[in-house]
Amino acid sequence: MLAKFIHFITRTENRISVSSSVLAIISGLLFGLIIMIITNPLESIPAFFTIIFSGFTDIGRVLEIATPIILTGLSVGFAFKTGLFNIGAAGQLMVGAIAAIYVGVEWTFLPSSIHWLIALLAAGVAGAFWGAIPGFLKAYRNVHEVVATIMMNYIGLYFVSYMVEYRLYDLENARSLTVKESAIIPYYGLDKLFGRGDVNFGFIISLISVLIIFIILSKTTFGYQLKAVGYNKDASKYAGINEKNGIVLAMVISGLLAGLAGATIFLTGVSGRHLETTEVLVSEGFDGIPVALIGLSHPFGILFSALFIGLLEQGGFYMQGFNFAPEIIDIITSSIIYFSALVILFKGFIVKLYKKNNMKDVKG
Amino acid sequence: MEVFYFILQQMMYFSIPLLVVALGGMFSERSGIVNIALEGIMLIGAFVGVVTIYLVQDRLSASLYASISHGQLVLIYGLITAGMTGALFSVFHAYASVNMKADQVISGTALNLFAPAAAIFLARSFAFTNYTQQVSFNRRQFLIKKIPILGDIPFIGDILFQKAFITTFIGLLILIIASILVYKTRFGLRLRSCGEHPQASDAAGINVHKIRYIGVIISGFLGGVGGLVLIVSTQTEFNATVSGYGFLALAVLIFGQWQPKKILQASLFFGLMKTIASSYSSIPFLQILNFPSQFYKMIPFIATLVVLAFTSVSVQGPKAAGEIYDVGKR
Repeated sequence: MLAKFIHFITRTENRISVSSSVLAIISGLLFGLIIMIITNPLESIPAFFTIIFSGFTDIGRVLEIATPIILTGLSVGFAFKTGLFNIGAAGQLMVGAIAAIYVGVEWTFLPSSIHWLIALLAAGVAGAFWGAIPGFLKAYRNVHEVVATIMMNYIGLYFVSYMVEYRLYDLENARSLTVKESAIIPYYGLDKLFGRGDVNFGFIISLISVLIIFIILSKTTFGYQLKAVGYNKDASKYAGINEKNGIVLAMVISGLLAGLAGATIFLTGVSGRHLETTEVLVSEGFDGIPVALIGLSHPFGILFSALFIGLLEQGGFYMQGFNFAPEIIDIITSSIIYFSALVILFKGFIVKLYKKNNMKDVKG
Repeated sequence: MEVFYFILQQMMYFSIPLLVVALGGMFSERSGIVNIALEGIMLIGAFVGVVTIYLVQDRLSASLYASISHGQLVLIYGLITAGMTGALFSVFHAYASVNMKADQVISGTALNLFAPAAAIFLARSFAFTNYTQQVSFNRRQFLIKKIPILGDIPFIGDILFQKAFITTFIGLLILIIASILVYKTRFGLRLRSCGEHPQASDAAGINVHKIRYIGVIISGFLGGVGGLVLIVSTQTEFNATVSGYGFLALAVLIFGQWQPKKILQASLFFGLMKTIASSYSSIPFLQILNFPSQFYKMIPFIATLVVLAFTSVSVQGPKAAGEIYDVGKR
């Protein structure tokens, strides 16, 4: 596996896109630094280094933040590979979350050893269903998936708000009921291993998902067909691939991943996070977009960029102490994405650098 | 009857911003650039517009401008800065998608993520917002109770000229100008040709890059204006969100088949759906049904999906929209 990974990195073509991504990250960070210097010069430098380095002392927290966004990043990235832009991860996540909470609260007849697992699966199924609708509309009704997934976000949001308010309401705390003890995702000692933070088996689930998606995309005919649909819909149809089924299936898998993300956030105890009736989409759903874009939609890239964004967001927690709004993190990530859209600029620069180095080698 | 007028007046508050923004999107997509950044452009435009209103509303000497209604002048200042900001912001999208041949969806997404973060970040560094993200403004100064004479016209007077905002007329004016610009001028013809077949336009001596820049910048201007129109006519303070209206406007654009007249119809339809969602409690026959509020709030989005499911199959957008313009391609 590692050898494969190293081989991947060392192929020149991949090396160029990875290094242009790294350049985009550096440019985004510098842009953020400039904004910070302009708004508050005195505290800007220490605050900036806090953003970058504070996460290393809080690995547990970083992994806790990264767990759901690895999954939503995979969700968005997987759809990208099929040529679909799934902005609906947020809605799929919330619908998944409410399904998990419903099973976790109501299905007490389940044996306690598998209760959490069934709740997790319910989240995946609900998310998959929520993804299937825009997939179906795209494949058979030609509805643009960006518009359809956004509409599904809002429909899901209000559905979840209804479910919380009328079916699963914890009146005392004005939020969703806490799931039964047996439905909480187990820790298996991970929380102790990584110190502060709430790392549970969900993190392992997200790592397994990375591997599975990697295998699907690069080792199976199915994955190859999906990618072919993404590259050229008409050509793949000509080659005998059922491109309509491909689109629906890609959205189903994409929704499933986002649904699982919902379960990893909300299958927790009393002190964990709960759904509220405030009618705001859960932000981890949208975080999947930058994660996938920075990770170049490659499963390993997504893992890396989710950890990177986890690191930045953990740093963002300390920004109040420096009189900076934590939104500086979002400014940094959005500018990284903008810079990564300017691949041509960076690629040209890197290719020039390569040629220069190679020339040196020849001369030397 | 009063309920009927109430619904239609409310409908205008929602329809006009959608109309303006969707028309903006039309200019961009007709030139061949998909502008998914409309949401972010609306937001940043609304933010600067609201800040302008806040700063200007107490400084303009009321006596000096006694001839024109004070509130309307404040609003016009806000609309101008909102539009200018939107136009400026959209240049980033134009640069990425025209010069850098970037993926237009990625560039648009970057702007969409940047806008709310920037608005909150800036609002929190202002003293006059008490370092919070909300920017409040005096909405009542903008509402026109009744325009003399015109307001007395039966039916039309009730809908358009009573309890209206000046933005309603500006929106309709933009519609007329946009229709003329797209269909009756040389620029319009060039714009449309760039969105259909840029290589052919280039061969005919049209500067495709320039036309696309103009298309995107117009969409930025109208996006910014539409953002402020939305906030002024439906909110009492700005809270760093335009609640997905940019994306709704994209749906309106598709439903309206990239044509001004149909965009107007589509935005009226969505405005009506939005009215049901937001003021069902004041509409007697909806109130009796006693459904949970979430049900009504879902309606506009379900209606969008249903409508798109039935209209999208046959609809063809500008052929080259979203495609990177490659001079060597035929």
